[in-house]
Amino acid sequence: MSEQQPKNNEKLQLNPTPMIDELESGPWPSFIKGFKETAQRTGKTMVRGVLDQLNYSYETRMGYWKGGVVGVHGYGAGIISRYSMIGDKFPEAIEFHTMRIQPAPGLHYSSKALREICDIWEKYGSGLISMHGQTGNLQLQGIKAENVQACFDELNQLGWDLGGAGATVRTGLSCVGPARCEQACYDTLHVHGKVLSYYADLTHRPQLPYKAKFKFSGCPNDCTNSIQRSDYSVIGTWRDDIKIDQAEVERFIDAKGVDYLVNNVITRCPTKAITLKGKEMVIDNRDCVRCMHCLNVMPKALSPGDDRGITLLVGGKGHLKVGNMLGSVMVPFMKMETDDDLDAFIELVDRMIDYWSENGLDHERIGECIERVGIQQFLEAVGLEATVEMIAHPRDNPFFKAGDYQADDEEEDEEERDAV
Amino acid sequence: MATERTWKTVENGPHELDEFLHPVSLKNYGQWKYHERPRPGVLKHVAKSGDVLYTVRAATHRQVTVDIVRRLCDLADRFADGHLRWTVRNNVEFMTPNGDNVAPLIAALEAAGHPVGGTGPSVSAIAHTQGWLHCDIPAVDASGVAKSIMDALFHDFAHEEMPNRVRLTTSCCEINCGGQADIAVVVQHTRPPRINHEILANVCEMPSTVARCPVAAIRPTTVNGKPSLMVVEEKCIYCGACFGACPAMEINHPEHSKLAIWVGGKNSNARTKPANMKLVAHGLPNNPPRWPEVSELLKRILAAYKAGGRDWERLGEWIDRIGWKRFFEETGLPFDKFMIDNYRHARVSFNQSAHIRF
Repeated sequence: MSEQQPKNNEKLQLNPTPMIDELESGPWPSFIKGFKETAQRTGKTMVRGVLDQLNYSYETRMGYWKGGVVGVHGYGAGIISRYSMIGDKFPEAIEFHTMRIQPAPGLHYSSKALREICDIWEKYGSGLISMHGQTGNLQLQGIKAENVQACFDELNQLGWDLGGAGATVRTGLSCVGPARCEQACYDTLHVHGKVLSYYADLTHRPQLPYKAKFKFSGCPNDCTNSIQRSDYSVIGTWRDDIKIDQAEVERFIDAKGVDYLVNNVITRCPTKAITLKGKEMVIDNRDCVRCMHCLNVMPKALSPGDDRGITLLVGGKGHLKVGNMLGSVMVPFMKMETDDDLDAFIELVDRMIDYWSENGLDHERIGECIERVGIQQFLEAVGLEATVEMIAHPRDNPFFKAGDYQADDEEEDEEERDAV
Repeated sequence: MATERTWKTVENGPHELDEFLHPVSLKNYGQWKYHERPRPGVLKHVAKSGDVLYTVRAATHRQVTVDIVRRLCDLADRFADGHLRWTVRNNVEFMTPNGDNVAPLIAALEAAGHPVGGTGPSVSAIAHTQGWLHCDIPAVDASGVAKSIMDALFHDFAHEEMPNRVRLTTSCCEINCGGQADIAVVVQHTRPPRINHEILANVCEMPSTVARCPVAAIRPTTVNGKPSLMVVEEKCIYCGACFGACPAMEINHPEHSKLAIWVGGKNSNARTKPANMKLVAHGLPNNPPRWPEVSELLKRILAAYKAGGRDWERLGEWIDRIGWKRFFEETGLPFDKFMIDNYRHARVSFNQSAHIRF
């Protein structure tokens, strides 16, 4: 079953690729150099074909891959199939499918596990890997359909599962979180693992209107870019006061000067929540919006409070079809420490996914769906109270229907009619 | 293909984590106190226990190979107790409690072609898409654009000289899988799709293609006696959404697919709220293999930001302070009417005030 083993010890002869050869120079790592190295060492002709087709794309300024249907037993997603549209020109790259693999949360690896992946991948596939896709998959790029199942079975026995594709829950992404960061307000890695395991069925079998993405950031610095690029953006925060180590504040002033503190911390606070009293820093936490700026500048002196949890923002997405949308607050705060907290979170998200599955149009993300049906209807359907944290400001559009009054008036009218 | 399956799939989602964490990371899990940046590309995290963990961050190709990954594994074994991780911007990170490992690890990484940097107020690696290498709808390559840009901006990856961090993305179609960024390079189509009526009825589901259009510009029609689709060209916004649903709606063109530059996007909540990026240049040629016009323009924007931005101002916050008029003056980019929004909610982007900079 092994793919394209070298026939002898001779280096594979590569074809001329003058356009992409231009990408071999310069200080930044060159993927073309890397591809050539692997093609020549392994003798894999698929890589040579891919280099040839890529060079042709550079010459003609067009792409030449088309999709198809390739999968593994029992799953309906996770393999991105690619067939060359110009296989007559470059028959060595006629098939170039990708396997999306879900990494561990936080994109952590051991060298042992990565070597195992490399060995399996060299046996069945091209040896080319994308680390990582924009959603967070480890992407094994370049395998023939006939080798996909065997490759997946070997990887799966080592604990690697496929990621999402198409109208599924997609592979999640989490920041480094409590593994290395002092600002992590919840266990992003644990929650990522649990939530995505729970949604494994929806990840592997397309049954949603369109894609659904989760990203887990430990604090509002949002290192996973979750507000912009996920339907369910789970961001760590805290409810009580920022913790201040006044001795460290004083050391900060001694080291950097009071002008640095004023110009770069106090005046940069978006809500003017910080004042200085001698060398003591005073924060009015009622005004603080948990933006993280002062904690970023002074990590020794300032830390998040102890009453920690998450904010859930819903509806972020990329450009198609209505332009970019940022996620908006659906849950200002919920605890995320115990299994019960996690269950409550998953129950809520389940209600949102159910509503969207019932009401979403084809290719409509949940953010677009909420905008179309109206947020009041959405909140009611998923059982959330409307709260003022959900909005930047109350409506300035003058025309609205306050449904309750209308219903009362109609009831009164009916009563009057009955009386007559 | 009648081979009997002996293996039952274990449907577990993400891989288990614990064996992948560095022992010092596991020991101090959730108990970190603060961090410092001893030099560009290096972080020093200190735990409440007093334990110290150094991180060395280095660039990768993103499109890597088993050979490259095995070499990184060798370095992890030599210097980082067999552990490594990736950032969301395709950088690789090695962690070690041993400060003496940092300098030799940096030397070994750079000798292996992985420059160290990308921390603090630097230009970090580009989050990018697949392009001609693998995607089925790209108008441009992605890895080649990213490589060319980072060669041009290399100094600012390896040094922390910017007012604040700079995040870049590139995207090879208007779906913008690269995402929002301080500066983004995104494909710009300038013509409606060319419709291949010969194959359309055979390769496309017509109702879903009609439904895919955000401005209802696609209609059923008959061409040469065959059912097909037509595009109302006055309505079409050249987004390319239909091409994803129907390969016969060819939106890409070697000449007419251009590149546009967008600035001021921001994902973090620090200081200002997250923001979408704004259009500042368009109609740049799709010019492989090096796209010099794009790199040149990015260098100009970054030079102006570096000269004028104050500490901690992200690119968009710098523009908020100096105003768009001065942004265009200081970068030398021409403003034109196409940069004024005329799509949904356009009016919120108009200047509805007498605030004017003279």
